Amino acid sequence: MDLNFSAEEEAFRGEVQAFLKEKLRPELSAKMKLGGAPSKAEMEEWHALLNDRGWLANHWPKEYGGAGWAPVKKFIFELESELAFAPRIVPFGVSMLAPVLIKYGSDAQKKYWLPRILDGSDWWCQGYSEPGAGSDLASLKTSAVREGDHYIVNGQKAWTTMAQHADMIFCLVRTSKEGKCQEGISFLLIDMKTAGIDVKPVITIEGGHEVNEVFFTDVKVPIENLVGEENIGWTYAKYLLTYERTNIAGIGGSIALLGHLKQAAQKRKKHGKPLLDEPYFAARVARVEIALENMKTTNLRVLADVAAGGAPGAESSLLKIKGTVIYQELTSLMRRAMGAYAAPYFPEAADEGFNGQVGPDEALHAAEDYFNHRKLSIFGGSNEIQRNIVSKMMLGL
Amino acid sequence: MEILIEDHQMLLDSATGYLAKKQNVAAFRALRDADEPLGYDVAAYKQMADLGWMGLVLPEEHGGSDFGYRAAGLIAEQMGRNLTAMPFVSTAILSVTILREVGGEMLSEWGMKIAMGECVVALAIDEGVKHRPEQIKTQAVRDGDGYLLSGDKTFIADGMGADRLIVSAMLEGELALFWLDPLEACFGTSCCDLAPQRLLDHRNYANFHIKNCRLNENALIAKGELAERALTKALCVARVVVAAEQLGMAKECAARTVEYLNTRKQFGVLIGVFQTLQHRMAHLYCELEQTSSLVAQALNAIDENAETAEKLSRAAKAKVAKLGRLATEEAVQMHGGIGMTDELDLGLFMKRDRVLAEFLGDANCHIDWLLREQNI
Repeated sequence: MDLNFSAEEEAFRGEVQAFLKEKLRPELSAKMKLGGAPSKAEMEEWHALLNDRGWLANHWPKEYGGAGWAPVKKFIFELESELAFAPRIVPFGVSMLAPVLIKYGSDAQKKYWLPRILDGSDWWCQGYSEPGAGSDLASLKTSAVREGDHYIVNGQKAWTTMAQHADMIFCLVRTSKEGKCQEGISFLLIDMKTAGIDVKPVITIEGGHEVNEVFFTDVKVPIENLVGEENIGWTYAKYLLTYERTNIAGIGGSIALLGHLKQAAQKRKKHGKPLLDEPYFAARVARVEIALENMKTTNLRVLADVAAGGAPGAESSLLKIKGTVIYQELTSLMRRAMGAYAAPYFPEAADEGFNGQVGPDEALHAAEDYFNHRKLSIFGGSNEIQRNIVSKMMLGL
Repeated sequence: MEILIEDHQMLLDSATGYLAKKQNVAAFRALRDADEPLGYDVAAYKQMADLGWMGLVLPEEHGGSDFGYRAAGLIAEQMGRNLTAMPFVSTAILSVTILREVGGEMLSEWGMKIAMGECVVALAIDEGVKHRPEQIKTQAVRDGDGYLLSGDKTFIADGMGADRLIVSAMLEGELALFWLDPLEACFGTSCCDLAPQRLLDHRNYANFHIKNCRLNENALIAKGELAERALTKALCVARVVVAAEQLGMAKECAARTVEYLNTRKQFGVLIGVFQTLQHRMAHLYCELEQTSSLVAQALNAIDENAETAEKLSRAAKAKVAKLGRLATEEAVQMHGGIGMTDELDLGLFMKRDRVLAEFLGDANCHIDWLLREQNI
């Protein structure tokens, strides 16, 4: 590809569209369109449908049950899925842990854990951040001390997304205090049912429960759950963090939300005319639309580079910064378009059969979506950290 | 940088002390968690009246101090810093200002009660998605020696538990203001209903459904030119007092962020040493000071009855909407993950800010007015 998809890629795009049309339940898609979060059961349902088609682990090599897609195909799949308001593939097992296991895990680990990710036997979560180790991840303190056939783990992980659903957690733990702080970190797989693990919910500002604190008190972990070598975990963690971040900008999600916003702003009237015709509002929509169109081209350039054998480095940072700012602006505009109708607060809105809303359907999650997505510029390496990466890697500062 | 006359300084000092001690963010959080439709503490409301705050813009002969709107703005700013939940803007500002324009027995009877903290009066003006006080659909028709009122009023601030409501309606093609007791209006009928509406900021709001509500003749307190004048004045002053509250919230968020930058360590240093954060805080500081100036200028213009008051009030409300978004978003961003949690107070400020940004008109609504009416 250059900046356009090839004929073969376009054909694949049609295949994805047909799949989505046939398999994605309209009710689920409608819920996602209005900013609702999919339940655990809905995420599992979607995973199972994708797995039946062989598209769940789409970027894994075929020998491990993957589809072996190149980054461009994966990008097209994710773009179309987002445009259709399908649930995202929960990344922790499929996209984060699996590539590390495939590259650094033992044969026994690959054989045991990978099929369980595919069939949904294990729901994984990620134990990276800690209260004192956010942007400065390498300063993490959760410790693992070897005692016979086990490690004894003590400490605390923070911002653990979906830990309340998880069967397993992959953790960065400190196994040595010697040398630089990056040098004493190991990568450990821990069963969430082990004695000594305590999960405490963290409620975020919009009232949702996505993240948790996970406490470890003398947790016994068998040594065969160490991935790779002891004290080399930072290398694996970095590999995981840079792996395939070519869709980190979430272009499809932004394009879909922009379309949704325009429809909603067309319906809303101000002085008898559509809100979309109001100069200030229209100017903001136009600005974000230009930025998005622009972002799409940049994303395609990065993809083309990867397709030609390049590895995305600091370009991922560029995609993350720009992509998150665009999405946040879209949620902000949506909330504003709904005006006072975005203000009513319904914690029960996620429940089945809820019909107590005020104003149009689009208003239901507009504020919640805006508040929740403040996280985009904070998580996965805050946008300030991404700018540091650009300064260092691209500018040599 | 604040230069205040002595009376104002004394008022500010007493407000700062009282609110920080009694009506602080922790007190608001407790009210939120209790989740009662009233959303404020009745005993504290009486205390606030005893401190003289309910009569700040009431003439002395009606129980007030006539300290003026600048003084009311100072109080509102401190309420913003503490997230104090009180029927202050609804009763002491919006309703009192209308009563002052109406004058006569209404003012002498109800002014005193408000000053003493004995009643809450709320203004029922909005009817839907945006604040459009000039496009009222609620209708009143004459019915013998009284009126029949029908319409739907939404998001009435402090409407739940209010002793009286001032309802805007169209009567014979003119704007009219009706004074009614919501309990009486809803009593024994299914035609009228006052129901709580929970908004993001967890304050007291009500929706009022009115259908053929029979009112007697003295329920009409203003009509035509008087009604227009009273409502215009009330909205003008209240939007600056609300802007002052948002300003206080923005200042508090900025102060908490500076404190965090000076405590949180990453990479072995305080994160406040990073220039990228310093410059953004410096930008926020400049915007806070600019907005402080505009809010003070608008309140002074109101107190001086200056012609520029309406224009400045709209400019202040529009300006503070941008400031509030900047201050709360930057506070959450610079606090990182912890800023996203309900446990930290920033979200409470952010949600209150977004509700107030819409209340009495959003930024575009006021910029729009400035463009149309002032040819700016």
